[in-house]
Amino acid sequence: MADTLFYIFAALTLLCGLLVVFNPFSRNPVTSAMFLVLTIISMSGLFVLLQAYFLAAVQILVYAGAVIVLFLFVIMLMNPKEAEYRRYRKIATGIGTLAVIGLGFIIAGTVRGATPLTGKTIAGETADLGKLLFTEHLLPFEIISVLLLVAMVGCILLSKREKEAHK
Amino acid sequence: MTIGLDHYLVVSALLFCLGLLGVVIRRNLIVMYMGLELMLNAANLALVAFSHFNADLHGQVLVFFIITVAAAEVAVGLALIVAIYRKRQTTDVTDLTHLKL
Repeated sequence: MADTLFYIFAALTLLCGLLVVFNPFSRNPVTSAMFLVLTIISMSGLFVLLQAYFLAAVQILVYAGAVIVLFLFVIMLMNPKEAEYRRYRKIATGIGTLAVIGLGFIIAGTVRGATPLTGKTIAGETADLGKLLFTEHLLPFEIISVLLLVAMVGCILLSKREKEAHK
Repeated sequence: MTIGLDHYLVVSALLFCLGLLGVVIRRNLIVMYMGLELMLNAANLALVAFSHFNADLHGQVLVFFIITVAAAEVAVGLALIVAIYRKRQTTDVTDLTHLKL
């Protein structure tokens, strides 16, 4: 059962990821954003299969709930209709695709050459994760909160109007 | 045949390559950003898989931090894109050449 679910979720993740990048039907960024939502959701299914329940929930909350909404807001602030209707430059696209395929082969070869782990597995209980987060990783946790504050201030400063910035 | 660590790593590698492909071949800044998100997610998947099969929760804590930093990064990046769009009226990277001599 879990094996079948893995294949379903993995195929969905990769298919939707491909459609984010390379949709033959539309080059509208809104379509890409919607397929990114599907990618995120099927990936959180993979997280559930890996027994990382808390991260699966956080993945959906943060990505599908916040990040994608942000993307859609920004897309709608601009004009999506005239976005990107020029042709790709063929040489650059070809070389880029070749490089990425080569990288894929290198990574796949590394993974296949490795000896598989046969140790015991673990369930990512939320309570255990919280304990770890608030004891051993307390300092990074606090630094992250400062980082979020800095990001918030930076966003407000960056998206202020020009005239107000000069006063 | 049971699903092992290598299955998850292959999915993660393929997803990373897809994201990189998006950054390399798409010319729209927003879609390039989505490619970046795909790459970050691929790294997250690899970390969660390692954490599960190594019986070590530290990987999941790292993924938690990565998700937080990615959210902050997306917010700042999209604010930058909006600022660029206000100034240049475009989000296509082939038009953003004003650093060129």
